[in-house]
Amino acid sequence: MGKWTRRAFIGTGVVAGGALVVGVAIRPGNRAGKVAGLIANENDTVVNVWVKIGSDNTVTAIIPHAEMGQGVHTSLAMMLADEMDADWESVRMLEAPAHEEYANYPLTRGYALGDVAIPRALIGTVDGAFLRIARSMDLQITGGSTSVRLTGQFGMRIAGAAAREVLLEAAAKQWQLPIAELTSSNSTITHSPSGQSATYAELADAASKLTPPSKPTLKTADRFRIMGTSRPRFDIPAKVDGSAKFGIDAELPNMKYAAVKASPVFGGSVREYDEASALAMPGVLKVVDLGSALAVIADGYWQAQQAINTIRIEFNGGDNAGREQSDIYQQFATNLDTANSDGGGTTDFKTGNAEKAITKAATILEVEYRVPYLAHAAMEPLNCTAWVHDDCCEIWTGSQNPLGFRAAVADALEMKDSRVTVNNHYLGGAFGRRSDPDYAVQAARIAATVSYPVKLIWSREEDTQQDHYRAAALSRFKGGLNDNGYPIAWINQFVDKHEPVEASHIPYKIDNQYIHYTDSKTHIPWGPWRSVDHTQHGFFTESFIDELAHSAGIDPYLYRRNLLEDSPRHRDILDLAASKARWGQPLPANHGRGIALQKSFNSIVAEVVEVSIIDGKLKIERVVCAVDAGIAINPDGLIAQMESGIIYGLTAALYGDITIRRGAVAQSNFHDYEILRIDESPPIETYIINSGASLGGAGEPGTPAVAPALANAIYAASGIRIRNLPVKNHDLGGNSAEALDIA
Amino acid sequence: MSIKLTVNGEAKKVEVDPDTPLLWVIREQLGLLGTKFGCGKALCGACTVHLNDRPVRSCTTPVRAAADQRITTIEGIGSAAGTLHAVQQAWIDEQVPQCGYCQSGQIMSAVALLATNQTPTDQDIDHAMRGNICRCGTYPRIRNGIRRAAAVLATDTGAKE
Ligand code: FES
Ligand code: FES
Repeated sequence: MGKWTRRAFIGTGVVAGGALVVGVAIRPGNRAGKVAGLIANENDTVVNVWVKIGSDNTVTAIIPHAEMGQGVHTSLAMMLADEMDADWESVRMLEAPAHEEYANYPLTRGYALGDVAIPRALIGTVDGAFLRIARSMDLQITGGSTSVRLTGQFGMRIAGAAAREVLLEAAAKQWQLPIAELTSSNSTITHSPSGQSATYAELADAASKLTPPSKPTLKTADRFRIMGTSRPRFDIPAKVDGSAKFGIDAELPNMKYAAVKASPVFGGSVREYDEASALAMPGVLKVVDLGSALAVIADGYWQAQQAINTIRIEFNGGDNAGREQSDIYQQFATNLDTANSDGGGTTDFKTGNAEKAITKAATILEVEYRVPYLAHAAMEPLNCTAWVHDDCCEIWTGSQNPLGFRAAVADALEMKDSRVTVNNHYLGGAFGRRSDPDYAVQAARIAATVSYPVKLIWSREEDTQQDHYRAAALSRFKGGLNDNGYPIAWINQFVDKHEPVEASHIPYKIDNQYIHYTDSKTHIPWGPWRSVDHTQHGFFTESFIDELAHSAGIDPYLYRRNLLEDSPRHRDILDLAASKARWGQPLPANHGRGIALQKSFNSIVAEVVEVSIIDGKLKIERVVCAVDAGIAINPDGLIAQMESGIIYGLTAALYGDITIRRGAVAQSNFHDYEILRIDESPPIETYIINSGASLGGAGEPGTPAVAPALANAIYAASGIRIRNLPVKNHDLGGNSAEALDIA
Repeated sequence: MSIKLTVNGEAKKVEVDPDTPLLWVIREQLGLLGTKFGCGKALCGACTVHLNDRPVRSCTTPVRAAADQRITTIEGIGSAAGTLHAVQQAWIDEQVPQCGYCQSGQIMSAVALLATNQTPTDQDIDHAMRGNICRCGTYPRIRNGIRRAAAVLATDTGAKE
């Protein structure tokens, strides 16, 4: 990894096959030829790994990320186009094919240089081997809110700037004029004194003969023309007329359909099934025993699913077949107790001496919080179409990680990676789930038993019960306050740690902190879920700081504010949210406001939730959100992502409760895994601060603060403190155990 | 069994088990892929189409119940000339969709609402749209989209009079 120098990254420009490639590559070597073959249409000159110029002067940004509704195709194209001074009206975008030439180098670089922690969860999915990935850079992942701040910042912007510089140089050479007299705008280079001008397309060929700059100059924010403005998303028109193609819409000649039922107990296997009665059902072609799951192939999906639903299948659940949710929570508690008594566990963060300081505290508060498992429940059930023929496998799916999928499918079919092609489609929601290739591997294994293409679709029930879940977790706090009510000691112990490492850390100035955790393995598969560990830790830490404020009798907004003197960006965001929410102004009886703050994926978000609780019935009246993502590249897109993250987080806080019964998930569809609907969806106001700090993510940071802000609002309105999610399990009429606790 | 349907104004005949949900006939037999599968249990609205102009969940409507009747899908709500329905245009103007997967169903429900109620209140919108889940949480924009489309339709009607 030491060889990846900054210069190699920016400067490896190559001329090959008559085409110019501005090297935005980490590894030295000629990457141009193969890339050019993959993306160049006739009449196109490949001028950059991430950009090509058509003969009609259209500029096409080639983007190594999947579109799952976060608007990334548009935001990244904006970053490239702005640096390039391209005419936005003629900017197009193309998703890069799943090919190692497109591995997501800026992502890797961010990791290699230590700029950004890459969520290990995402990398680990590529056949589980982090080191192998680092070595081969087999990485083309959309997740961890990394697209804009890594690919955009280190890839697209540099590519655009380099392309612009080389085009300017070509014009200067051609016209025998100094570069300083030339200007670029709207995909045209102009020499104002003489009135000469040429389009980028006209200069592309000459530019391709030049050596690209080793270090192109990026624009300062005051010179942005496209970044920082709201631009309509490229993908929206196709999403209003039914023409957008999702994975489930893949169509191939002679294609058949498959439905699947995996062992409900994770890790179990198929023991026995009634193949004859399946084959006797209309349209059924084949039954495939995958070991852990049974699949039926039929002429139509409905026929396949009917067969799976109807026939007798018995599974071997193994050791976990008796596990209940209460056993799991008990295990968490026991593991924490044991770690405390035998000094086990792992230190997460330590400053000062919290254990000593707490003995001197005027007040000590001890509280325990708990969150359940959560499913992703993307709107498009998981699906994948696969066709195995001529020692090749082609798949059509929606993936956050196309190269990882390719490697996993190749592994499962014992093929070389190069024999597997991934055709990526729009993702009908992902939220982390579509970074795990299990469903693609399943489809490929089913398709490998027949000669025709097979479209595998998971039922909603399968999607709910075979997810990779946000972890259930237990978190214990001990806080010690001084005479003024401010914390001098913060002790936090919890189970399970994934990513990002800082999720459990707090922004508040508390001199003595001890944060530690203990692994508590269960048989429930884990997967990255929108904002990953921030979802639970945001709820834990922002609930506890609220409890400390209340126990000190200090306004919870001012309490936080007073602990943020060293964190001005946090303070500004908190102030903005509070003032827009009219914090402190009187509310009607039974109404309350709650505030919370969480920095995640480099974006700082504060949210204020206002609720009313009348006759035990909770209504979310309003949510105010303030966000500092450094610079909002596409402000309307950032606002949309905040709205989305908030509603996703509210759904989880109010309803999300995956529970384990006899080793399996008890919920199955939207009647028992409820999703917030329009009539419960509050008005949301989002305000942006462009602090100019390094870029933050957009897709995930809206989620973590909303659960604690909601719980804090419920407390303000009713005096009921929600320490276990979801809220639906609590009686807010004042009769619940929690309510009595508070009294 | 052979079943006749009128889909987006065109007469169609399909050979299919009459119990097959309309959704799968639309997608697999007729190749109209804009109508989506989300739950299969009438819980999410992703599969919403119009049966004689009324919104139905096609995942739980057996195709025999639609025999000899008029079905409209997302592909059939714009004009024949290719112009978008006011709701579709409003969806673009308000930048409603995110992943987009639920949006065919959302638009079909919204079009049905505005066909019978040109001035929907917030409660009317809640009532007509609460059967349509959006996992991306585009509800605030769906609400704005419906208001905008209602205003446009009101102006259009006014202009024609
Ligand atoms: S798929 Fe028909 S309502 Fe969900
Ligand atoms: S836009 Fe993604 S589910 Fe509605």
